[in-house]
Amino acid sequence: MTAAGDVPLAARSVAVADVLLRVTGLEAGYGPVQVLRGLDFVVGAGEVVVILGANGAGKTTTLRALSGMIDAKGERTLRGAGDGATEDVSLKGRRPEQLVKLGIAHVPQGRGTITDLTVEENLRLGAFTRRDKEVTSDIASWYEIFPRLGERQDQAAGSMSGGEQQMLAIARALMSKPRLVLLDEPSLGLAPLVTKELFERLGEINRTTGTAMLIVEQNANLALRIAARGYVLEAGGIVAQGTAAELRDDEAVRQAYLGY
Amino acid sequence: MSNFLQYLFLGLGKGAVYATLALSLVIIFRTTGLLNFAQGEMAMFSTYLTWMFWEQWGLSPWLALAASMVVSFGLGAFIERVLIRPVGNAASNPLAVVIVTIGLFLAINALAQWIWGTTPKRPPPIFPNGSVEVLGASISYQSLGTLAVLAVEVVLLWVLFTKTKVGLAMRGVASNTESSSLAGVPVGLILMFGWGLAAALGALAGLLTATGGSVAGFDSTFMQVALIYAFAAATLGGFDSPVGAVVGGLIVGVVAELCADYIPFIGEPLRLFPAFALILIVLLVRPQGLFGKAQVRRV
Repeated sequence: MTAAGDVPLAARSVAVADVLLRVTGLEAGYGPVQVLRGLDFVVGAGEVVVILGANGAGKTTTLRALSGMIDAKGERTLRGAGDGATEDVSLKGRRPEQLVKLGIAHVPQGRGTITDLTVEENLRLGAFTRRDKEVTSDIASWYEIFPRLGERQDQAAGSMSGGEQQMLAIARALMSKPRLVLLDEPSLGLAPLVTKELFERLGEINRTTGTAMLIVEQNANLALRIAARGYVLEAGGIVAQGTAAELRDDEAVRQAYLGY
Repeated sequence: MSNFLQYLFLGLGKGAVYATLALSLVIIFRTTGLLNFAQGEMAMFSTYLTWMFWEQWGLSPWLALAASMVVSFGLGAFIERVLIRPVGNAASNPLAVVIVTIGLFLAINALAQWIWGTTPKRPPPIFPNGSVEVLGASISYQSLGTLAVLAVEVVLLWVLFTKTKVGLAMRGVASNTESSSLAGVPVGLILMFGWGLAAALGALAGLLTATGGSVAGFDSTFMQVALIYAFAAATLGGFDSPVGAVVGGLIVGVVAELCADYIPFIGEPLRLFPAFALILIVLLVRPQGLFGKAQVRRV
């Protein structure tokens, strides 16, 4: 056992070389109810990070704060876009559409698709902030990655199965060419086989496009398989963090979130 | 037979007017999920603006209409931003917003009377007088012109909704505001655009109603009956369907005309009765309207 293994997971902070998103002291809630009580975490460029936690721990709230859906206190910065840019950009007080332009895409829990629009229109709307001419060819490449979407391009999104809609929601989010995708319970309501396929695709997308992902997930086993690192959230605070392997091997994490 | 054709043409001409106002209602409903009870009064105010640009500023009738549509667009967007949005939206507080639109109804009416008085004004003529003979019945240039304007409006709206990014965003916001905003759509701007567009089209509907209405001219109450017909048209066609608004408008116009002409006891005093009857029947038999989408509730 290495020295690092003796330090409790809660006290450890993992060094990330190439920080894309840095969050310090994130506090948020709904009305008088405070849900998040000062979170500190980072996501590296191109890294997949998972947030584990029970219902009500504050996972969804974390993502909603990051995408500007709710007001939040605490600093969060994103590394500047473009090759020359080195200055970090503060995300505080920005509206969702501004955050999309900066490179953050959020796939909300359960209903990320716009059900009355067709599959193709959903993908076009995903490219709303883009001004380039490659939107049509990007849509075509998503049809190659998810053939089911290609077969149903003119169908209303709401007429598809839950798994297909989740694939569409993810493709829609990635149409904005984000640097960071926030995924809220992507496996919710999906059959185990579909979930497995979904995570394989997510892993592939991460490897081929280099898009960083912050995933909130009940299905910790699958999420940890594609994640590099993870945080454990309990009652609005981070109680443990580590690499995916460390979290998998940790007794307490295993009992609480992996179920064995 | 020629009498019937005559009534049919009259009804189609009137129906085209109702359809233009119904389109405004549908646009606001589609982008915001709200019924705007002030739509008729907004159109009335815009018609006064058109009259002012023509009579007092000396613009040509069509130019006056264009200017009025531009100003109305701005006023509509302003109303959304300043009076509607702070109160809430269709999802969080539908009742409050509906009450605000009813307040707007009264406020705009009072404002128009305060500015322009109660003496009827003569609307600028946009179509020549006279008519053409078709199969033994005459159809006025006013009716033909209104139908033509309606056709152009429908084509432009179809292009807007299906071929442009703004139209796609409007439909996205109507269907799922949160996901649209997460896709990068500036929801606030889209809502303002929807209200502005509805107000601008309302200016058109108002002028068509005024020029096709009483020869004495229009006063601040002239859109109130038209609004009832427009509600009947939108209910019949389906509140979320522009095609429905047009078909509904034409049907309401024809039915109201035929009822008034053929059913002896209806006549002039009970003219609105068929419109109300139609609203009731549609709500009972097919609440989503002819072309509307049925609401599916997942439990």
